[in-house]
Amino acid sequence: MSLPAYTSTGERIWFYAYRIFCGLVFFFLIAPIIVIIPLSFNAVPFFSFTEEMLRFDPAGYSLRWYNDFFTNPNWQGAVKNSIIIAFFSTILATFLGTVAALGLSRSDMPFKSTIMGLLISPMIVPLIISAAGMYFFYSKVGLQGTFPGVILAHTALGTPFVVITVTATLSGFDQVLVRSAASLGANPTTTFFRIIVPLILPGVISGALFAFITSFDEVVVVLFVGSYEQRTIPWQMFSGIREQISPTILAVATMLVLVSIALLTVLELLRRRAERLRGMTPQ
Amino acid sequence: MKKIRQISLVLGSATLLGMTGVANAQDLVVVSWGGAYTASQQKAYHDPFMAGNPGVNIINDDSAAEGISKLRAMNEAGNVTWALVDAVASDAIILCEEGLAEPVDHDALLAPAPDGTPASEDFGDLIVSDCFIPSIVYSTTFGYRTDLVKEPPTSIMDVFDLEKIPGKRSLEKRPIGNLEWALIADGVNPDEVYDVLDTEEGVDRAFAKLDTIRDEVIWWEKGAQTPQLLADGEVVIGSTYNGRLFSVIEEEKQPIAMMWDWQVFDLDGWIIPVGGPHREIVGEYLRFATDTQRLADQAKFISYGPARKSSAPLVGKHATLGIDMGPHMPTAPDNAKNTLLYNYVWWADRKDDLTERFNAWLAQ
Amino acid sequence: MNTGTAYPEIVKTADGIPLKVSLARAQRKSKIRGVLLVLPLFAFILLTFFVPIFDMLFRSIENQLVPEVMQNTSKLLVDWNDQSGKLPPEEVFAAAKLDFEKGHAERTILRVGRRLNYEVPGFASLFRKTARRAKDFEPPYQDAFIERDKRWGEIDTWRLIKRESGAFTISYYLAAMDLAYAPDGNVGMRSEKQRIYLKLFWRTLVLSALITFLCLILAYPIAHLLSTLPLRTSNLLMIMVLLPFWTSLLVRTTSWIALLQQEGVINDLLVGLGLLSDDGRLAMIHNATGTIIAMTHILLPFMVLPLYSIMKTIPPSYMRAAKNLGATPAVAFIRVYFPNTVSGIGAGCILVFIISIGYYITPALVGGTDGTLISNFIAYHMSISLNWGLAAALGVILLVIVLMLYYLYDRVVGIDKMKFA
Repeated sequence: MSLPAYTSTGERIWFYAYRIFCGLVFFFLIAPIIVIIPLSFNAVPFFSFTEEMLRFDPAGYSLRWYNDFFTNPNWQGAVKNSIIIAFFSTILATFLGTVAALGLSRSDMPFKSTIMGLLISPMIVPLIISAAGMYFFYSKVGLQGTFPGVILAHTALGTPFVVITVTATLSGFDQVLVRSAASLGANPTTTFFRIIVPLILPGVISGALFAFITSFDEVVVVLFVGSYEQRTIPWQMFSGIREQISPTILAVATMLVLVSIALLTVLELLRRRAERLRGMTPQ
Repeated sequence: MKKIRQISLVLGSATLLGMTGVANAQDLVVVSWGGAYTASQQKAYHDPFMAGNPGVNIINDDSAAEGISKLRAMNEAGNVTWALVDAVASDAIILCEEGLAEPVDHDALLAPAPDGTPASEDFGDLIVSDCFIPSIVYSTTFGYRTDLVKEPPTSIMDVFDLEKIPGKRSLEKRPIGNLEWALIADGVNPDEVYDVLDTEEGVDRAFAKLDTIRDEVIWWEKGAQTPQLLADGEVVIGSTYNGRLFSVIEEEKQPIAMMWDWQVFDLDGWIIPVGGPHREIVGEYLRFATDTQRLADQAKFISYGPARKSSAPLVGKHATLGIDMGPHMPTAPDNAKNTLLYNYVWWADRKDDLTERFNAWLAQ
Repeated sequence: MNTGTAYPEIVKTADGIPLKVSLARAQRKSKIRGVLLVLPLFAFILLTFFVPIFDMLFRSIENQLVPEVMQNTSKLLVDWNDQSGKLPPEEVFAAAKLDFEKGHAERTILRVGRRLNYEVPGFASLFRKTARRAKDFEPPYQDAFIERDKRWGEIDTWRLIKRESGAFTISYYLAAMDLAYAPDGNVGMRSEKQRIYLKLFWRTLVLSALITFLCLILAYPIAHLLSTLPLRTSNLLMIMVLLPFWTSLLVRTTSWIALLQQEGVINDLLVGLGLLSDDGRLAMIHNATGTIIAMTHILLPFMVLPLYSIMKTIPPSYMRAAKNLGATPAVAFIRVYFPNTVSGIGAGCILVFIISIGYYITPALVGGTDGTLISNFIAYHMSISLNWGLAAALGVILLVIVLMLYYLYDRVVGIDKMKFA
């Protein structure tokens, strides 16, 4: 978009001011995420660019923080726990959320919006409140400080995302397809697996990704419901920052940025696929 | 609640069978503070104990910082997996009163001194609670940047003197210790500090004294912060645990020196959680790990003083630096000219309301 | 659905059941099937989420400990008139002796002392002192108690025990709102020096409003840009919004620590450029500034996305039409474009505001003393002070505020409209 020839000087100034402002906001959004990447290769335990780094002197860079990450049992335990917890809570959340979404998108579902509101409330209630409630209650029933406790808590936090994404996919779903399948002699099971599943799959997968990242990133609930034994990557980062901040945390952060780039890519591919399946033109 | 418990158990076990991480028969989960402190315990206590008891495997759990709340949570569930918890004295008192820590008979459980003095006498008045088994004496004291002050601070008064020591200082973000220092710096006789604090005017006076330096204070919450702030030159003087200062001065060779005047003594030691596993082994471990030699050994790895009187003469050199550790102990005569031991009983009453008042004061 | 009522005679299915009945049955079946599908998740959320929240509600008012441990005393105190100006009768002291003795043996009585210490500092030591000796008390017990500690001879001591010996208490809520009982039993504000939570709720609301406002100012132009640029370019720029959105909260907080601290990137840069002297480095972290900057960054995508989705629906022809009709660009914007985006603004603002008033991690790490929020104090009472009742009461108050905002959100946007990028 360029300016037409007839614009006045005032409009020109305004236009460029607006563009510059937007540029600055984008810079504000992205710079903090980019800046930690070179810092994580710092050869010295500081959070700033050394002169060697600015001169691109190889001596200013090192992999020592990555090395620390891969050899420190605290971090390795955290990675293992994060994956276990996120894996199980994603499976549970995806299953429960998808089934519920199938029910919720039936046109004859009673009290639809109330139920929807209740089901997605774990997403609305501030995490500190969920964490407090779960901490008190899970303590009472013996789930505090156990893997099942953390997994159940993360499942509860992840299901709203699955419900919302799958319901959104189903809202574009043409019920005529089900009826035509039935009229062509398909039984409900066949219809489900041959017609419904392929169509809602992109929604289910992106819901699952949301659930996964919810658990993988979550720190407040795991701080309380979990214990040292269940420490996850964010748990370890949080206590690391509080105790003594070392560039190892920047190395972890850099790797997590790569994870989020991968996730973002998968989600975008899924979105395109979903649109193609629904007969919309890919953008 | 029983029904809910059953439901949740079914729920829990159906979700993930056998993932609760239940410790093996001889696994002893010992909760401590992590970092250099746990490392010193590992070398001085755990390793030699495991060498003598091959069936026992000690697992370190670095959750001592949230020890009291996690212990209460486990206790509510009736499923305490921690065998032994390292706690500061004030927390040990709370745990004891909340019925979360087991009272012990110190003389029956612990080894006497080599000369036969019973444990209770050897530890003396450091046994501040029936549930508490002291292991170290540490102190919260000051370190300052030798290159950034015009003349070295010599007394607690100087911490509150912005003319003599201009610049930022760091203090712990809690009332305990700071109120006492404020009153002493304000001229209160150190023996009467708690009597003065017992009155509303006394508390006002302490806060008024803190007011005079308020704008120049950075408040810390973790022991690592002051050494970091000092090393970065963000503060010229700051309080922290003496062991942290030792390592930043002697190991990292930073231009920092100690100012011991009115260091506040505090104690750290063990408590046995109520309902915890492996009582027999825990008893054996405690008898071993708190004997005269073992307590003296810990001082080789970290500059905290042994809690037994009989250990003091046995303190030797630092294991790697080869420095004589005696002069670095908070209890060394040169360092301990003016010292203050917290009045734990007084603080057990006043901690909640004075912390609220302290936070309100900070929020002004 | 058309059930065939237009026909004069009753239509029947092949097996002879009236179509109306058959259809109704089929519909009911389908309805039940729908409910059955939703049921597992509903039960799951109920057990893992709602029950805990209700448990927290319960914890904020429950007071079983005192009446349970001081069973005999609290029963008798019911009949004692605390306005009579007289100490409770001897039988209350006798009951107290029993309770103390039993509570000492069972190691429960000191918990009562700690519980009452929340109300009046000093009760912990009073109970500690008394519990150790109670088994040796000889009648008359009143004298024995008073001899042990003179506070047992004060009416206020017994008033407090009587007041807190019911199964429920409102004192956690009073504390959470900086209120307290005066010794005479009336409720009033706490002394100026003790007030903290109202200030914190207020600070939380003010900082959240400020962060919301900053997000709006920053998000509006870029959402507009994204919605007007050609798709290829806007998709590319959208990544700059979505990448932070998908990046771990702790990663973003960490990078702000690296950027803002005194020896950090921004200060180094300013000093390097000669804009600051080395000892004049800015304090941008461990204070409210740090909290505001980091949280604005973290929440900005939550503002951009709803604005973008609304702006995307406004046809560019609106603005062109306004301009053709003689409006200056400014007027066209204010009269035509802006009103069309109000619902997006409402959605984004409420969303950001709701998220920020419950924020814990970022203020805990970069907030220092004047940048911490109410949630940090909830965490403090959960894990450090062990005053779970107060933590629960503060949590419930925060929850009520959020639910009111949520209701507002539902009114403005509708819950079911919630979507993600």
